[in-house]
Amino acid sequence: MPGLKQTGLKQTGIAVYQWLEHRLGLGTPIIEAVTHEVPESTASWWYVFGSAATVLLVMQVMTGILLGLVYTPSAGHAWASLEFLNHSVKLGWFLRALHGWGSDFMIAIVLIHMAQVFLFGAYKFPRELTWMVGVLCLLLTLGMAFTGQVLRFDQDAYWGLGIGASIVSRVPVLGGSLVNVMLGGPIIAGPTLTRFFALHVFIIPGLLIAFVGVHLWMVLRLGINDWPMPGRLVSKSTYERDYHKLTHDTGIPFVPDAAWKDAIFAAAIMLAVMACAFFFGPFGPTGQPDPTIIQTAPKPDFAFLWIYAVLAYLPPSMETPVLFIAPVLGIGAMLLLPLFSPQAEKHWSRRPIAVLMVSVIAVVLGVFTHLGTYTPWSPLMDAWSSDPIPVSYLHNRTPLERQGALVLQDKQCRNCHSVGGSGGLRGPALDGISTRMTQDQIIRQVLQGGGNMPAYGNALNPSETAALVSFLMTLDSHNEPNAVDTSRDVVNGTPATAAPSSVK
Amino acid sequence: MNPNEAPQPPIDVTAEQAILDEAARVRKAGHSRRTFLFKLSLAANGLVGAVMAVPILGYLFGAATKKAEAQNSWIDLGPLSNFPEGETRLATFRNPVTTAWDGQTGDIPCWVRRVSGTTFQVFAINCAHLGCPVRWFAESKLFLCPCHGGAYYEDGSRASGPPERGLFEYEHKLSGDSLMISAGRMPTLAAAVAKEPELTQIAGVTPTSATPTPKPRCASCQD
Repeated sequence: MPGLKQTGLKQTGIAVYQWLEHRLGLGTPIIEAVTHEVPESTASWWYVFGSAATVLLVMQVMTGILLGLVYTPSAGHAWASLEFLNHSVKLGWFLRALHGWGSDFMIAIVLIHMAQVFLFGAYKFPRELTWMVGVLCLLLTLGMAFTGQVLRFDQDAYWGLGIGASIVSRVPVLGGSLVNVMLGGPIIAGPTLTRFFALHVFIIPGLLIAFVGVHLWMVLRLGINDWPMPGRLVSKSTYERDYHKLTHDTGIPFVPDAAWKDAIFAAAIMLAVMACAFFFGPFGPTGQPDPTIIQTAPKPDFAFLWIYAVLAYLPPSMETPVLFIAPVLGIGAMLLLPLFSPQAEKHWSRRPIAVLMVSVIAVVLGVFTHLGTYTPWSPLMDAWSSDPIPVSYLHNRTPLERQGALVLQDKQCRNCHSVGGSGGLRGPALDGISTRMTQDQIIRQVLQGGGNMPAYGNALNPSETAALVSFLMTLDSHNEPNAVDTSRDVVNGTPATAAPSSVK
Repeated sequence: MNPNEAPQPPIDVTAEQAILDEAARVRKAGHSRRTFLFKLSLAANGLVGAVMAVPILGYLFGAATKKAEAQNSWIDLGPLSNFPEGETRLATFRNPVTTAWDGQTGDIPCWVRRVSGTTFQVFAINCAHLGCPVRWFAESKLFLCPCHGGAYYEDGSRASGPPERGLFEYEHKLSGDSLMISAGRMPTLAAAVAKEPELTQIAGVTPTSATPTPKPRCASCQD
């Protein structure tokens, strides 16, 4: 009889569970933990980010271990082992893609989680330490991202290490020693990669898992943050009593009444990671980590593009102080936040500064990251040989002016200056330059430089200069009149001519 | 309780109490002794930990104690004919300090500028800003950095952009027909490839770039 068989099977199952539970004793406390009562208001779609980040961490650990079956942490072989994973190991590309996209998703979800927790005032009493441990988890997550980028041992990783070493070298007094500790030797080489391998595979994940455990333990112990209500103020003397009353009055078991939303969201995130991995594939590796191949424009991964952009815009004299003081202040402020405002209002609608801070930080990070994607501060190394002068710019020009266009091209001006919409963005676009600067100003600027432009006096002979400037004077947007120095009118007694006839 | 037995208990109680007191005293003494022993064991472990920390920290920070002089040594960049006068060319060398598993990372490039005759300048590839590889543009006579747009003139001096200083230069000398540089360590702001002053400067003797051969150095030599 199937019914009987089923009952027998079920009884056997129960017996096995009881045999294990009698010895292990973990089932009861786990069941108690997952079914603990939470305020009904917290069963919200806003409360799903922490669990999603944890699920992503588990996936990262699993895919990381699987990649470890093949990856070779040797400077001479790491790149080849990644290529081997991509092309020769069955589904190796997919595992690499999962791990790479999982990393990006994890950073995004952790940041969203942090913003949500901040806006909901969850860091306030008695959850201050939960927030602080969470900040450490964020830093460790970013540490995983940076060390992971190094393990993808390609050109970007090599020069990224160079950037890291150059930053570390600016530490006063200890700089040189710290560089050696970071690189494990005098140059970026085998011992450097193994150091970052140990960090990425043992040290940081170990700490991260431990901190996530502590974080979760405190969430269980102190209860999930209640849904904030405008005007319901947190006071150290009454909060815990009120919270227990709220839980008692409106409590629902976390599993299954609240947890189903976490589970659905986690599944959606995992699907998204898998979809990105499947459709967009793994990240790199880019070129081989061979420093003698210098035709490269190194760039950090997405999460660090904003730092890359900030480093381009800081004035040179401020760079070292900002590099070492800003992180201390920023991380310090994040860690100490709950100690400075452990009480009072939790609801975002009554905390305008909190909302403003999140908005400003998000916009700033977004803008710098966007700038980092196209690096307007960097010369385009091949613009001079790959971006031709638009033909219309050469119509009806004198031979001298056309020669000037050639000089413009040959002297790599296009690497920093765009003409007709193509070229570098480091310097101003040259379209319309003759309406903005007089001929004399252009000559001075070209020969002496200044304002972040090198001087070309040594790289141009007088005839090249004459040709170049005569071409630049034809770059008037929409035939606007050229800029003139009115003092010339006075000196010459005649109106200065817009078109240059000769340049000395 | 039976009143007949009442006289007996006091004797028993006293004796029993004495036994109990004695047991408690022994237990207490034992506890005190064991607490002391536990503290002693903690101290012993602390001591073992401290002793163990010495080699661990030494291992971990061993690299930090290496001096630049111990890591730099003279490297041959090839015959002078590789470097035409008035030109700046990329040269590569195998770093003197390498491991068997360094692969391509042990090959280091540098820019060699032959100003004229025996006058050379050898620049590090690393931008003085954040270490990215600078590229030479002969037509505009500039070194440009792809990362943050640092620019240097042909003599390595800063032209524009975020670098605070000019390109790092390797110490160099001519040995017979070949150009030698003193290299081995990644040049950074902390460990700039310093130009060491001549050990002896005899009055009246003009120092040339072809100075007497300095003592060769090796990676494993401790200075």
